[in-house]
Amino acid sequence: MPGKLKVKIVAGRHLPVMDRASDLTDAFVEVKFGNTTFKTDVYLKSLNPQWNSEWFKFEVDDEDLQDEPLQITVLDHDTYSANDAIGKVYIDIDPLLYSEAATVISGWFPIYDTIHGIRGEINVVVKVDLFNDLNRFRQSSCGVKFFCTTSIPKCYRAVIIHGFVEELVVNEDPEYQWIDRIRTPRASNEARQRLISLMSGELQRKIGLKVLEMRGNAVVGYLQCFDLEGESGLVVRAIGTACTLDKLSSPAAFLPACNSPSKEMKEIPFNEDPNPNTHSSGPSTPLKNQTYSFSPSKSYSRQSSSSDTDLSLTPKTGMGSGSAGKEGGPFKALLRQQTQSALEQREFPFFTLTAFPPGFLVHVGGVVSARSVKLLDRIHNPAFVGIMGNTRSYKLLDWNSFNSDEPETRDAWWAEIRQEIKSHAKALGCHAVVGYSESTSICEEVCILSASGTAAVLNPRFLQDGTVEGCLEQRLEENLPAGCGFCHIPYDELNMPFPAHLTYCNNCRKQKVPDVLFTTIDLPVDATVIGKGCLIQARLCRLKKKAQAEANATAISNLLPFMEYEVHTQLMNKLKLKAMNALFGLRIQITVGENMLMGLASATGVYLAALPTPGGIQIAGKTPNDGSYEQHISHMQKKINDTIAKNKELYEINPPEISEEIIGSPIPEPRQRSRLLRSQSESSDEVTELDLSHGKKDAFVLEIDDTDAMEDVHSLLTDVPPPSGFYSCNTEIMPGINNWTSEIQMFTSVRVIRLSSLNLTNQALNKNFNDLCENLLKSLYFKLRSMIPCCLCHVNFTVSLPEDELIQVTVTAVAITFDKNQALQTTKTHAEKLLQRASTDNEELLQFPLELCSDSLPSHPFPPAKEHLESASSNSGIPAAQRAVTVEKASPMGEGNFRNRSAPPCANSTVGVVKMTPLSFIPGAKITKYLGIINMFFIRETTSLREEGGVSGFLHAFIAEVFAMVRAHVAALGGNAVVSYIMKQCVFMENPNKNQAQCLINVSGDAVVFVRESELEVVSTPQPAASCQPSCTGGEVTT
Amino acid sequence: MTSELDIFVGNTTLIDEDVYRLWLDGYSVSDAVALRVRSGILEQTGATAAVLQSDTMDHYRTFHMLERLLHAPPKLLHQLIFQIPPSRQALLIERYYAFDEAFVREVLGKKLSKGTKKDLDDISTKTGITLKSCRRQFDNFKRVFKVVEEMRGSLVDNIQQHFLLSDRLARDYAAIVFFANNRFETGKKKLQYLSFGDFAFCAELMIQNWTLGAVGEAPTDPDSQVDDMDMDLDKEFLQDLKELKVLVADKDLLDLHKSLVCTALRGKLGVFSEMEANFKNLSRGLVNVAAKLTHNKDVRDLFVDLVEKTPLQTPGPRKWLPRAPTVGVSLKAGREYLPT
Repeated sequence: MPGKLKVKIVAGRHLPVMDRASDLTDAFVEVKFGNTTFKTDVYLKSLNPQWNSEWFKFEVDDEDLQDEPLQITVLDHDTYSANDAIGKVYIDIDPLLYSEAATVISGWFPIYDTIHGIRGEINVVVKVDLFNDLNRFRQSSCGVKFFCTTSIPKCYRAVIIHGFVEELVVNEDPEYQWIDRIRTPRASNEARQRLISLMSGELQRKIGLKVLEMRGNAVVGYLQCFDLEGESGLVVRAIGTACTLDKLSSPAAFLPACNSPSKEMKEIPFNEDPNPNTHSSGPSTPLKNQTYSFSPSKSYSRQSSSSDTDLSLTPKTGMGSGSAGKEGGPFKALLRQQTQSALEQREFPFFTLTAFPPGFLVHVGGVVSARSVKLLDRIHNPAFVGIMGNTRSYKLLDWNSFNSDEPETRDAWWAEIRQEIKSHAKALGCHAVVGYSESTSICEEVCILSASGTAAVLNPRFLQDGTVEGCLEQRLEENLPAGCGFCHIPYDELNMPFPAHLTYCNNCRKQKVPDVLFTTIDLPVDATVIGKGCLIQARLCRLKKKAQAEANATAISNLLPFMEYEVHTQLMNKLKLKAMNALFGLRIQITVGENMLMGLASATGVYLAALPTPGGIQIAGKTPNDGSYEQHISHMQKKINDTIAKNKELYEINPPEISEEIIGSPIPEPRQRSRLLRSQSESSDEVTELDLSHGKKDAFVLEIDDTDAMEDVHSLLTDVPPPSGFYSCNTEIMPGINNWTSEIQMFTSVRVIRLSSLNLTNQALNKNFNDLCENLLKSLYFKLRSMIPCCLCHVNFTVSLPEDELIQVTVTAVAITFDKNQALQTTKTHAEKLLQRASTDNEELLQFPLELCSDSLPSHPFPPAKEHLESASSNSGIPAAQRAVTVEKASPMGEGNFRNRSAPPCANSTVGVVKMTPLSFIPGAKITKYLGIINMFFIRETTSLREEGGVSGFLHAFIAEVFAMVRAHVAALGGNAVVSYIMKQCVFMENPNKNQAQCLINVSGDAVVFVRESELEVVSTPQPAASCQPSCTGGEVTT
Repeated sequence: MTSELDIFVGNTTLIDEDVYRLWLDGYSVSDAVALRVRSGILEQTGATAAVLQSDTMDHYRTFHMLERLLHAPPKLLHQLIFQIPPSRQALLIERYYAFDEAFVREVLGKKLSKGTKKDLDDISTKTGITLKSCRRQFDNFKRVFKVVEEMRGSLVDNIQQHFLLSDRLARDYAAIVFFANNRFETGKKKLQYLSFGDFAFCAELMIQNWTLGAVGEAPTDPDSQVDDMDMDLDKEFLQDLKELKVLVADKDLLDLHKSLVCTALRGKLGVFSEMEANFKNLSRGLVNVAAKLTHNKDVRDLFVDLVEKTPLQTPGPRKWLPRAPTVGVSLKAGREYLPT
């Protein structure tokens, strides 16, 4: 009995009127956890009840604590008939289970009903007392931290990155159970919400156990997905990267960690049998000095590699050039072995991370992906299939027993795909896959499973059970050739896995690089980029005949390779058109519908300085004798060339100019210089000159041999660049922009179009789809015009085909403003990085004084106006607990002291601002604490669609409510932002004839506390250097 | 290809002030789009009409959802669904409760009843304000009236607290509520030259000087049912005004009154000399009006009488007796010179 959960129901407000006669409500609350339920008293005749209940105590296993959500139901008491439910609140108590996160959940939660939406709010306080349990065979994994963020969280340091963890659980979908025929939609929705909540809890616990087995203490890049497979069940699956993280609470804690591994022992519970393999802190100090003797020439041993047919992970590919050299001779071999063994031990050397600690990523091979089409009805137990037909009521049988072996089927499917990914990576001479992700698309009984990632060669230091010296890292970084290492090919030049033009790296001139690079990861921080990046999308539709089961699956399988090929070609063309040479954050989504397949690829194009200048696009006609045709071709060619030139200007792709700006960069080498000269000579006839030069080398030739091809070329040119002042990308940060200002606006936009079924040709479809996406983007630019200059970051498109003729596109992104003037001065990545480092150092010093300060805030009295308002809203006085709550909510925001001074009188709102962003950071602010993962699933249904403003009104309100519930949970945890926010699912179904609609939304993210950098300064100025001392000692106390 | 569904939801609710204005003014989506097109926004931003249509629809939907909250502004501050910065919240509320001068002049002093609401289409035709906007303004008046009607304490403070309006707007609403409660006639042709501001000025003075709240202390009898101290005129005071007749009847008192008033107003009034010259006529008119205020009918006609039966309205006086201030002065004077 290792845990005690304590819940207190404080008050409610804005409750709906449940009694028409009195226009009031007699509300009470049921608090349920597991099988135990408590009730509050009925608070008669009030829309703002003050229950102020006792502490309800649940004594539970920590296993249950992890799996079960706390369920709070608000009801209206009715003497004569059944009590009416007002709504529910589900609270995931997981964040309370690890020490560094939240200690209390306390605040106003929206009361949610799946039919009516949000109906008032309830103030709840939740605490957990955990007893230490040293049982090794325990089934719980309390204490393992989860992060959605796909990089090492900002206030942590990666000690070891262990690798891939995955798990899935299967259950029957309550919506398809026999009982659903007799219960109300509300009951069915609630059963579903509860089940999914339970399943995610279980999944998280199981993954946690795997992490503990690997001796990690955290999962980074945790991605959990639901597959709503309909009759065949509900799958909840998750992948992530197990890590051992170390909190950078203060410099005091940071430095000793470098020298004494013993300190770490305390944090990692399973460290009692030290790995004999470890090359830990012992030799680390001498190594630090050796760093300086790094000579790049040493690293070329790799070139004498054997062929890639060798399936074992070969040491030579395993080791990166740069990193191998710097470690020095004697250690090289040892390290190689370690990398190899470290990775070979793993079934799948996959990493869900997209951004890495400096020096982690050595080489990038390219995108690897695998897809497989499966029939869902196959997964059933044969005995079960027999009774599937119409007589569903047979499922009265304990359906859990059926499901017990189902996960294995799904596991096998995924294992198959992962194996394929792994072998693809090997073919690219890489031993690992980074930026790895998995997805599914389901239509009726057909399911497409997809996985993709970026083949890469990693530095073994982070994969070992040893200490990584932070100080070493920094020095290494400076010695590396300025950010081109990852571009160098990891595969053997003579035995290339695919045809590619290799050239010498434009940066270091010593290694070979490919002409284009596609990756699924974020742009590495140290990469040298010229100009700015931009969002590049390939969009594609393919009609498919309606078919059943196997015939359908076969048809889809046959179409897939063509789709992949076309998507790739489109991406390549658009990339060339933008005069860029690399794609980051590539995500290809293939969606299956009844009668069509849709492909949508999004990526961020950039010009990598290390890669060769991309060639232009040349159009070649097939019928050379037709004069007018030829004229047309040349007209097109001119248009394309104009576009390229325009894009170069737009994205500031002007290699020589930028390279001159790089402070301390070596003088351009001869070839670079010649290129420089050439482009300077470009003037009015620039275009033709470009063409000629590239025509000989590697120009991309488009053959126009039929109208289809013509269409393709046209569609290339229809993409309108964003209006001036706008940039967009689907990665974390926009290459070439680094001076973000603090204004951010996260949004979700959904569009559904109905296709006219008359002229459904592939071309018409393509055009419709293209227009849909383009118009959506245009609308976004228009809506956000007040933020100019700004950049849409992490633009995430999701396509689904809810019905025959419907296409749904959902976009979530964040608009961030930036300072245009500063941009001109600091386009240099290097200087910026130094600056960043310096500033983080400062922040770490400053962090503690700030915490002190915010701690002391609650003692400050409220501004009178605020107090006034609050008492106005609630009939009786505010209970003490509630008051404490509001203070706590306000304090981490730093709104207490500094802001009120200058705030206008109207700023007395009691609702704290919670920022949401799909990025892992908040511009202009520092994340000081991670409070835990937010993973929420909501269903909303209506039977009065018209009255709620039609489909748009319904979904608009629902999404707004989802945001509100996420914010409320974050605020209750004491946070003021959600980072790495993602809307993983938005399944919308409508039936306008019946005036009905239903929508399912699944969102996740990391709740954090952030502090504005400007406020950090405010705190630091009154207490200068002296503040350093108390902060250090203070830091030690806290760790 | 038709758009079935098209929404945009921001973590911070986007509020476009121009679209909000159009929505408040009661334009339909298509009219609003047309007006926005005419404003040249397409040229400025390079957007298409379709984008504008979608944007306008989106904002209208948001405003529609917000409207419920705007009916009780403190709810807007406490609600969790829309994250709106405080300054924007204030703007939303202030603009929602703002009213048109032309409209308020039509309903000022009228009973805020269903009957009046039925006349709104006539008002709409007359003023050129859309019926929708008229309804919103009328409903705002009525809502504020209902909420503060039964409340004790300062009218302006009550309005400010329950509707979070700016000081200025709260004062205007206090005037509207005060006029509606006392049903002062303001619609007569002769009163047309007076603006809402003039009446609001009078209302403020009357609230300060003529109401129960103005007596300065709570009713001596705690059981008395006097809840709306700032809204109802002090009946006793009105009764007492009859006594003022001595100011006209008694020559000595008239002279004393004149000298006191002149001392008080010397240098403060542009038309002082005219006032001084006409003091007797003026005083008589005012006292006669004041003496009649015991009847409800006469109270309602207060402003009509002030204009008709005092020399304020004699030929040519408009140039020397400007509008409200003088009326106000006389209103204020009432209590000060009341013989005790």
